[in-house]
Amino acid sequence: MMRRCAISLVVGLLVAAGPTSAQNVSGPAKAKATTPEIPFDSVPNFIKMPPGVYMGEAVGVATNSKGHVFVITRSGESRLFEFDQNGAFVKEFGAGSYGFAFAHAVRVDKDDNVWAVDEGTNVIQKFSPDGKLLIVLGKRPDPLEQIAFMPGGGQYSGLNRPYSFHRQTDLGWDPQGNIFVTDGYGDSRVVKYDKNGRFMKSVGTRGNGPLQFSTPHAMAVDARGLVYVADRGNSRIVVLDNDLNQKAVYDTVGAPWAVCITNTPHQYLFSSNSFPTGNNFDQAPITGEIYKMELDGTVLGRFGKAGHAFKEFSSIHQMDCRTPDEIYVAEITEWRVQKIRLRPAATSSTGGK
Amino acid sequence: MKLSGSGHRVAASLLAFALAAGATLLAQSVTEIAYDANADFVTLPSYGEVAGVATNSRGHIFVYARTGHGVATLGDERTFYHGGSRLFEFDQNGKLVKEIGQGVYAVNFAQQVRVDPQDNVWIVDAGSNQVVKFDADGRFQLVLGRKPENIPVRPGAGVPARQIDVTRENPSGGEGGRGGGGRGGGTPGAGINGDTFNRPSDVTWDRAGNVYIADGFGPNNRIAKFTKDGDFVKTFGHTGSGQGEFNGIRGLASDAAGNLYVADAGNKRIQVFDMDGTFKSQIGGVGTPQAICVSGGATQYLYSSNSNDPESTANGEIYKLRLNGQIVGKFGRAGKMPKEFGMVNAIDCRTENDLIVGEVWNWRAQKVTLRR
Repeated sequence: MMRRCAISLVVGLLVAAGPTSAQNVSGPAKAKATTPEIPFDSVPNFIKMPPGVYMGEAVGVATNSKGHVFVITRSGESRLFEFDQNGAFVKEFGAGSYGFAFAHAVRVDKDDNVWAVDEGTNVIQKFSPDGKLLIVLGKRPDPLEQIAFMPGGGQYSGLNRPYSFHRQTDLGWDPQGNIFVTDGYGDSRVVKYDKNGRFMKSVGTRGNGPLQFSTPHAMAVDARGLVYVADRGNSRIVVLDNDLNQKAVYDTVGAPWAVCITNTPHQYLFSSNSFPTGNNFDQAPITGEIYKMELDGTVLGRFGKAGHAFKEFSSIHQMDCRTPDEIYVAEITEWRVQKIRLRPAATSSTGGK
Repeated sequence: MKLSGSGHRVAASLLAFALAAGATLLAQSVTEIAYDANADFVTLPSYGEVAGVATNSRGHIFVYARTGHGVATLGDERTFYHGGSRLFEFDQNGKLVKEIGQGVYAVNFAQQVRVDPQDNVWIVDAGSNQVVKFDADGRFQLVLGRKPENIPVRPGAGVPARQIDVTRENPSGGEGGRGGGGRGGGTPGAGINGDTFNRPSDVTWDRAGNVYIADGFGPNNRIAKFTKDGDFVKTFGHTGSGQGEFNGIRGLASDAAGNLYVADAGNKRIQVFDMDGTFKSQIGGVGTPQAICVSGGATQYLYSSNSNDPESTANGEIYKLRLNGQIVGKFGRAGKMPKEFGMVNAIDCRTENDLIVGEVWNWRAQKVTLRR
């Protein structure tokens, strides 16, 4: 057993070498030079943490229909907090839950249920708006077994199991309530469940060909039920139809760490070519910007740059763009969530609205 | 019709076929029992996999759940494991009464909780490989088994080579892999008089108060018997598929007449023994028995869950049987919605038609009422 573990660790390291270097894009995003800049502001000190609680790596942010802001963070433990539309603390979700070990994303569905994606437990939890656990997707591996695999676990294995994830990254819903999951680091696929959590379909293996992904890191679903997969390691957004057939590839906006689609009659797609987390400042000049796009991939504008300062972006990990001119960004290397206001005048001058 | 010799053989092979197909054939002919379920009866203070559920004589509900986080402490070339599960008591209306055993050394990977006839609360932990008895007030009464001092961490991974004593057979003090940290002290099952469990799964008692431990879903595949004071009596069974042999014991129950029911999951059967471990009969046709219980009342019934596995929504139904193995009916299916069942690991059936069902997949205890 041990020998097998050792071998699989070596294999895992070899496999991991590819995508890691693939993340280090060799140049700026193709669309950067030709895309107009959108002026924007960041609201100072918007999120007010409860006394004695500190933000950790802010890996996820989402809003509900009332404008409340949900933040999932890797702190002492991974925790999920709700703030109101003014940034005041409301409550915590799932304190002490078995499904929080290494958070990755949070999403709010059309009924204001809150979904927490945790890649440390391989579990997705669905909470009602008042914090009651409604559905558990995925199965946390026996923690004591996992100790025999540490350190070095979590590499790509491609197990492709119907009801277990392997470091899944994000989720979304189509208008029928079907659930889509990007999974993730240990698998390289998109999984579809019905609204009751019953497995329907799974597509994708690791690679850079059609229906292949190299760390599908985020996703968004539009009002037609199309699935936009942020294929970060391949620096492309892969568009799938509702049955998970590949429809299109957008490869001009750098490495998509985070994507979101607006909840407006005319929907826009935002994608963040985030500054990598490795403190590699060679990457700072050519990463950090967010692109605003039409759903067909037409790039309308961009804003932001890499950095630790206020109004700069330090490794954006998730975005919320319920409305097109008010964007929340959650950042890993500065432990914060910024509320960004795009100035609409500039947007219209680019013909985007 | 007079059967010739070859006719006997045909009959025998037909019988063998019928037995092999038994699960399918029976599943089609078993009566469906109508039932109601309340998935909101209890709310855990912190969410997690519900491995054990049990009730006491006052109707209080005990839930042993894998929740919070196990903590591995890096020590002197060894790694120690703490926490990872919690035991909660709710009243008969589902209101939280208290937590029992906070921070207790044995509470690592919840597997089962049972309440004995005197309302003592017993937890079975498959991580620490221990069985702990609390009285109704939550005080220690008895501890069986010993938690391995440290947990196996794969040598050569992240530890400089010179720090590993390669002259020892198991430098990390364990074998790694399945065993849940239960190997730290040495070879599984090598303890004195069988006091070392390996992934124990359940506990029950006879009328004299003797204690029976299902040991378990590790490699030991045996039942260990102790006196009510915890003195070792005997052990019976080993790995295999014959009578008195086991392949992954998932549950254990006893009836008022002095029979012991063993959920022999890997062999897809429930074996019945007397309290000395003598094989009496076996019950099939109920899929893979994962959780079993024997009801209270003058006429006792046996329940057995054919729980789904983690990667499938096949199966999931629970069977109600007479103690002679005759199936009364079945109810439920695997799924994540209320009234569906997800990896049922525990059933409490103190009252014949009012059950508490604990689910590992769905992180909840459902109150299930069978309609008459």
